[in-house]
Amino acid sequence: MTYARDVAALARKDLLLELRARDTLPAMLLFVVATFVVFHFALPASPSRLAASGLLWVAILFTALLGLGRAFVPEREQRVLDGLVLAPCDRSAIWVAKSLATLAFLAAAEVVALPVYALFFHPVSGSTVLGVALADLGICTVGTFVGAMAVATRARDLLLPLLFLPLAIPIVVGGVGASVVGAPGRYLGFLALYDLLFALVCWASFEYVVAE
Amino acid sequence: MTDPGGDGDLRQSVPVGRSHRIPLPSLAAAALVLVTTALALVFFVAPNDADQGFSQRIFYFHVSIAMTAYACFVAGAWQGFKHLTRRDPGADLAGYVAVHQGLIFGSGVLLTGSIWAKISWGHWWLWSEDQLVLFLVLFLFYCAYFMLRYSLEPGPQRENMSAVYSLFGVVLIPVSFLAIRLAKGLIHPVVFTRHGPSFGGWILVTYCVSQAAMLVLAYTLYRVELAGKRLDVRLRELKEVLV
Repeated sequence: MTYARDVAALARKDLLLELRARDTLPAMLLFVVATFVVFHFALPASPSRLAASGLLWVAILFTALLGLGRAFVPEREQRVLDGLVLAPCDRSAIWVAKSLATLAFLAAAEVVALPVYALFFHPVSGSTVLGVALADLGICTVGTFVGAMAVATRARDLLLPLLFLPLAIPIVVGGVGASVVGAPGRYLGFLALYDLLFALVCWASFEYVVAE
Repeated sequence: MTDPGGDGDLRQSVPVGRSHRIPLPSLAAAALVLVTTALALVFFVAPNDADQGFSQRIFYFHVSIAMTAYACFVAGAWQGFKHLTRRDPGADLAGYVAVHQGLIFGSGVLLTGSIWAKISWGHWWLWSEDQLVLFLVLFLFYCAYFMLRYSLEPGPQRENMSAVYSLFGVVLIPVSFLAIRLAKGLIHPVVFTRHGPSFGGWILVTYCVSQAAMLVLAYTLYRVELAGKRLDVRLRELKEVLV
């Protein structure tokens, strides 16, 4: 119970920070719409449904990357992470809370991005929405974890995409599959499996990333 | 980590002359003999493949190098696990060396796979080849391992992160494999299966010998690199004491 309270307090801190500073979410929204416009000019006239759903996933991935890159910036600049590590709570709560906050930002960006995609390119199917939701979970759990790793290094922002993209390839496979195939059950199941597996690994090992 | 104050402290920090069961020279000799035997078997004894002829022989190396690379990655993760759970003092360096060897052998997989693809299909790269695509993903993943490791200061944090990252690797291998299988059904159907039902006699013997050769070779290289790295660490510590 205390664990849930810790998580809620930490996540609330991130959401409140965003609500007051408005750093991340507007940038993500602008980025995803701009990406769609770029894709429109990069692709041949009236792209097929297959090509368009591929670029939807590329846009989601890079928008998420933008948000993840910002996730630990306040902690870094104000040296909050040292305080959080010293706080008498389970360290994995820091990761859970941060994942929830990034998930909220990503979901908010997608609430805008999916209708815009439907408007610009092709209508979005129900299985695509389900796939996006499951993929978001995976992106946020794994992305927050490697974000915490990257922020501790000298290279910082440079390292995050390098660490994240190879880990995100299975998510893209599952997501694209879920949005283009007639019976997407296998792909959705795969996404759920990915989420579960990596959430467990992240949850178990986050302590070693922040503490010495 | 260790405070280089006294000599007694220093002796504990990195075990240099840990007693391994097999001495390095005999290990190297075994690797030489096995690799030579494997080469001889592959080129002179194993029968030509009915479909693909001579070029199929590269598979004896391609597959065994791939298995060896997996073994290295798993060994790296095992050392990482040992580091995280037991704080084994030599595990960090051992894990790094294992991942390094895995990356070297992984490049070997990409190379042999590309050569085969060129001869068989006329292209240097084939997305329909599971093993090749999987190793490309792993190659990217483990290259990032080195980026991560070298942008952290030496110390407990670097050791922890390297260990955690190598553990992520062994989770990523089966997940990526599954993903690539799924993607293949998505992008294009399976064109053919490589291994027919007949997989016995000299083919099996040749494969087993080349597999053993690659494993022993990898272990030898691992030991050589590890010895060098340990010596390096020891030397640096001694220098610190002198300064």
